[in-house]
Amino acid sequence: MEEYTILRQFADSWMLLVLFAFFIGVVIWVFRPGATKEYKDTANIPFRHQDKPATSEEARK
Amino acid sequence: MSNYIKLIALGLVTLFAAIGTNYARDLAYQVHAILVMLIAGGLFIWTLRNTDEPDILVDRSGEYMDGVIRYGVIATAFWGVVGFLAGTFIAFQLAFPVLNFEWAEGYLNFGRLRPLHTSAVIFAFGGNALIATSFYVVQRTSAARLWGGNLAWFVFWGYQLFIVLAATGYVLGGTQSKEYAEPEWYVDLWLTIVWVAYLAVFLGTIVKRKEPHIYVANWFYLSFIVTVAMLHLVNNMTLPVSIWGSKSVIVWSGVQDAMIQWWYGHNAVGFFLTAGFLGMMYYFIPKQAERPVFSYKLSIIHFWALIFLYIWAGPHHLHYTALPDWASTLGMVFSVVLWMPSWGGMINGLMTLSGAWDKLRTDPIIRMMVISVGFYGMSTFEGPMMSIRAVNSLSHYTDWTIGHVHSGALGWNGMITFGALYFLVPVLWKRERLYSLQMVSWHFWLATIGIVLYAASMWVTGIMEGLMWREVDANGFLVNSFADTVAAKFPMYVVRALGGVLYVAGAVIMCYNLWMTVRRAPAKEASLTVAVPAE
Repeated sequence: MEEYTILRQFADSWMLLVLFAFFIGVVIWVFRPGATKEYKDTANIPFRHQDKPATSEEARK
Repeated sequence: MSNYIKLIALGLVTLFAAIGTNYARDLAYQVHAILVMLIAGGLFIWTLRNTDEPDILVDRSGEYMDGVIRYGVIATAFWGVVGFLAGTFIAFQLAFPVLNFEWAEGYLNFGRLRPLHTSAVIFAFGGNALIATSFYVVQRTSAARLWGGNLAWFVFWGYQLFIVLAATGYVLGGTQSKEYAEPEWYVDLWLTIVWVAYLAVFLGTIVKRKEPHIYVANWFYLSFIVTVAMLHLVNNMTLPVSIWGSKSVIVWSGVQDAMIQWWYGHNAVGFFLTAGFLGMMYYFIPKQAERPVFSYKLSIIHFWALIFLYIWAGPHHLHYTALPDWASTLGMVFSVVLWMPSWGGMINGLMTLSGAWDKLRTDPIIRMMVISVGFYGMSTFEGPMMSIRAVNSLSHYTDWTIGHVHSGALGWNGMITFGALYFLVPVLWKRERLYSLQMVSWHFWLATIGIVLYAASMWVTGIMEGLMWREVDANGFLVNSFADTVAAKFPMYVVRALGGVLYVAGAVIMCYNLWMTVRRAPAKEASLTVAVPAE
C-alpha cells in the first residue's frame, strides 16, 4: 500500500481509538475518589505565595 | 568568561549585518540589516564596557522576578494602542479610499497596513500580554522565582525585536503573504530562538515549583507555548532565495500548502488567542473575584477537550476549495463539537462569581473580565455556526468573518487583557489601588459600545454582501457587480470605524489611568497581599 493509504488507515482506526481512550481516561481520572478534596486545595493555589516564593521549609510535597 | 563568548558572537553578528547592508537585494532586508547591525553593535559596546567589572552577586531567590513583567505590562499597553490605532486607520481607509495617500503608495496603503494591524494586535499586544501574564502566573502558582535568570529579559527584548522586524518588514514589502505568518525567513528564525528561550524559562520554573500540583492556568499557557512552536515551524518551512535577501519559497505546494496555512491559522486562534488567554482567565478571574475557580474538575476536562479538538478545526477555512470533501467535513464537525468545551470554559469562568455577583455592581474590573468571558461564549458559538458548510457559503469572503474575528479579539482577548492589566499594575508597582475606578468604568463602556458598533455593522454588511453576491435574475445572470456591493457597504464601514474610535479612546483612557496609578496612587506599605479593593 502507498504511504498515504497506510497513514490514513492508521489515523482512522488505532490512533483515533488511542486519543479517544486517553480523553475518556482523563474524564474518569478527574472523577476518581478523593479528587474533590485534592482539587479544592489545588484550586486555592492562586491565593498562596503572592509576594514571594516559598522557602524550602514551606514547600509542600 | 561568558562575556567573551558574547562579545565574539555580537561582533560576528554585527559584521554579518554590515555585509548584509551592502549586499542586500531588497529594501526590507537592507533596513533590517542596518537595524540588526546597530543593535548588535550597541550591545557589543555595552558588553565590552561591562567586561571584567567586579561581579556583585545579590541573592534574589527570595523574591519574584517582577521587573520583566513590569516591562511586559508597559509593552502590552503601548502595542495595544498602536495596533488599535492602525486598525482604526485602515477601517477609515476602507470607508474613504482617499486615505490611501498618493505619496505613500506602496508603503502605507491598505494592503501594507492590514498585516501591520493584525500582527500588532495579535502578536505585539496579545503576545506581550501572554508573555507578561504567564511569567507572573507561573511564578505565583509555582511559588518559585523564574528559572534562567536573565533569560526572561532575553525573551522580552528578543520578542520586541521580532515585532519591530515584522512590522517594518510589512511596510517595506518583506512578506511571505501567509495570513498571520507574514514575516520572512530570518524573522521566523529569530522568533524560533526567542520562543525556545521562552519555553525554557516557563518549563524551568514549573520544574522547580514548590507546589505539588501544576495549577490549571499553567497547563493552558504551556499548551499555548508548545503548540505555537510546532505551528510556527511547520508553516514556515521555507527556502531563502538568497542569504542576502528577504524572499523565500515555501516547500509545500498547492492544496497541502493551503491546508497547512489554515491548520496554522486556525490554531493561532485556538492556542495563541484562546488557550493562552484561558490561562489568564483561570488566574485573574479567581484573583479579582477573591474566590477559587467554580469547578476545578471542569477546568481539567475543559483543557483536554479543548486541545484535543481545536487542532482539527482548521479545514473549515477551506470549504468549496480543492481540499477534499472529507477533510473539510472533518474540520466542520470538529469545529461544531468544539462548541462544548468552549462553553464549558465560559460557564466555569462566569460561575466563579457565583455568590459574589454583587461585585459586578461595585468592581468595574470584574465587569470587564465577565464581559470578556461573555464575548468568548458569543464568538465560540458564532464560530462553529460559521464553520458549517451551508452557512460558510454565505459568510465566507464577506465582512461577517471580520466581525466574528473582532468580537473575539476585541471582546474576549482585549477585555480580559485590560482586566489583567488593571489587576497587575497596582500589584507590580506596589500601589494600594488604581488611580481611578471611574476611568475603568469609562473604558468599559467605551470599549463595549465600540465592539457592539463594530460587530453589528459587520453582521449587516457581511450578510448583505453575501446575499448580493449570490443574487441572480430570472435568466440566471448575477444582479450585482462587485462595485455595487462596495458602494452599498459604505455606511456600515463608517459605523465600524467609529466603533474602532471608541475602542481606541477607551484604551487611551486606560493608559492614562495606569500611568497615574504608578505616579499618583498611594504607595503600599508592607503588606502586598490584598488585591485592588472594590469601592
